[in-house]
Amino acid sequence: MKVDFNIDIHHLPRVEGHGNIHISVKDGKLADATWEVIETPRFFEMMLRGVSAERASFLTSRICGICSISHSLASIRALERAMEIEPPKAAKAIRLLAMHGETLQSHALHLFFLAAPDFLDMPSIVPILHSHPEIVKAGLLLKELGNEMSIATTGRATHPVSLVLGGVSKAPSKQQLKELKEMIIKRRTALVISTDFFRTLSIPEFVRETEFISLRNGHDYPFIGGDLVSTDGVVRDENDYLQMTNEYLCDFSTSKFTRLSRQSSAAGALARFNNNSRLLGHRAHEIAASFGLEPICHNPFMNNIAQLVECHHIFENAEMLIESLLDDDLQEIRTTYKPKAGAATGAVEAPRGILYHHMETDDDGKVVKADCIIPTTQNNANIHYDLKALAAEAVKEGKTDRETEKLCVMLVRSYDPCISCSVH
Amino acid sequence: MNHLGFKISKMKIGSFDFTCCEGCQLQLANKESTLPDFLGLLDIRNFREISSERHDDYDVALVEGSITRSDEIERLKAIRAQASVLVAFGSCACFGGVNSLKNKIPAEEAVKGVYGDKKIDTMPSTKISDIVTVDFMIPGCPVSKDEVERVVIGIVTRSLDTLPKYPVCVDCKQRLNTCLFDLGEVCLGPVTKAGCDAVCPSGKTPCLGCRGPADDINFPSFLQLVKDKGLSQDDMREKLTFYNGFADYLDHES
Repeated sequence: MKVDFNIDIHHLPRVEGHGNIHISVKDGKLADATWEVIETPRFFEMMLRGVSAERASFLTSRICGICSISHSLASIRALERAMEIEPPKAAKAIRLLAMHGETLQSHALHLFFLAAPDFLDMPSIVPILHSHPEIVKAGLLLKELGNEMSIATTGRATHPVSLVLGGVSKAPSKQQLKELKEMIIKRRTALVISTDFFRTLSIPEFVRETEFISLRNGHDYPFIGGDLVSTDGVVRDENDYLQMTNEYLCDFSTSKFTRLSRQSSAAGALARFNNNSRLLGHRAHEIAASFGLEPICHNPFMNNIAQLVECHHIFENAEMLIESLLDDDLQEIRTTYKPKAGAATGAVEAPRGILYHHMETDDDGKVVKADCIIPTTQNNANIHYDLKALAAEAVKEGKTDRETEKLCVMLVRSYDPCISCSVH
Repeated sequence: MNHLGFKISKMKIGSFDFTCCEGCQLQLANKESTLPDFLGLLDIRNFREISSERHDDYDVALVEGSITRSDEIERLKAIRAQASVLVAFGSCACFGGVNSLKNKIPAEEAVKGVYGDKKIDTMPSTKISDIVTVDFMIPGCPVSKDEVERVVIGIVTRSLDTLPKYPVCVDCKQRLNTCLFDLGEVCLGPVTKAGCDAVCPSGKTPCLGCRGPADDINFPSFLQLVKDKGLSQDDMREKLTFYNGFADYLDHES
């Protein structure tokens, strides 16, 4: 039977920000599929002009309510490199622990609040509180642990207080660190429950080959700084971010699109995994293998599982970082500096993928030029072309409009898009 | 549900975002230990960020973000028409927030700087009370979940409390922090509304005034204090304009 239908989802729910999905099927064939980003732009690059280097990270953290720590640290890294400031070792460990907290919080939010309801055919987490209370409880324990890590290291969960140029303004107390370590150990059970739950879900089979871009530094599973690499073999210096992104405008989106070697590319947990899986902790490795997740995985729905694998890595790595901080006297946490003119890029792995901030300063340390390229901006083209391929495949297999719609919204949610961030 | 022997009903709530980072709405999902109880007070009718169910029969609307595009005005007016209680949620909704920093340059120039020749609809950032009547403000960047819980419980039990009238300094002193002025930093604690538990000065970073002015502040005396301490006027101005909360005071000065 030749079918005709249109799918028009205005302001897709359970994603951060505002995006629309349009799909049109005529005579049993896909006529068009579009991922339309309609978020209101805020013009952060313009706001940053004239702001002092000291204050810049407090402004850029406001680009995103979910990954404010990543934005803060990307700006700080760019400005520290531009003004040749070397933060103390302890401050670096505190920052990395802060990134772990944010990523754990963000992944738990996505996996349980945004993604899980689709797999259980529920509109939100609220009915799941009643149908699967122990699962939601486990998810909340993970999310809370992530937030507690951020609170101990940066002063609060959203919009960090103590991440500053030159280091951190305040170190967590030994007592906080000990409590955090105990919390991690106690909450391993919640991670096991969560992992077992995700094993029961059926992840859609869909493959569209693409290029995965992330950081790589050779020694840690990357979160802060390193080379810019892709699964197509591209390797570039951190400052050459523009050659990795090649932003361009398209008329149906207020977010720009990006590309590298192909029509589109992807960033995020799956990209990090595909480029760095051998650097994952032992347990995270085992979990990935148990889900059949191997590099290079081209199924975007597996980004959910890659996020889960990263939660395991964070549990292992955060404990080690806390040990190292407990052995430090935490006296040297902030380097003093003199403002100066310079330009550099700071790249970090935000929860949703590689994030670039480029900053130029004048002699007084005021920002004269800024550029921020957001992970979801780099994923929007991939989402758009994935949607076309997935919808075409669904129609070919004779799926109904409802089935096609469900797969398409699940696809977009798998990328965990942060749309207001992508427009900024 | 019963409260002190009286029957109370769940609050039919809608949560809406305009131009913002959605960090304030995210706070609703934080403080996980009390989250199931908190959600138990609410009948979530419309909250796009966490639910695909959408209904327009809410009584209370939480509105996050500032207004920067013409279509947002109509959307906001429609929410106002439905809601019995409209709460401005966070510094962007209350004062225009950091988005107001783009107002320092003409909108056309901002568009050109980011998008080149592409046509983009945008206008200067405004707070939501410039467009509709606001019944209650919960300022903060982001809002404090503790305060949100208190306000929600206050609305549900018909015992709505007010926010603190005193400045951040009061909370900061209670936390036994060293005054940042004594460390040579301009801090907006003396003029900013308390209720955040002095989270920034407690992390040894100056208050940037995200909660806006405290009641009956002595603004000229604050300006004099910064002068007397010989601290940077530029730095003070950067802080006072960061969230646009002190716009009325600055207009008055200049």
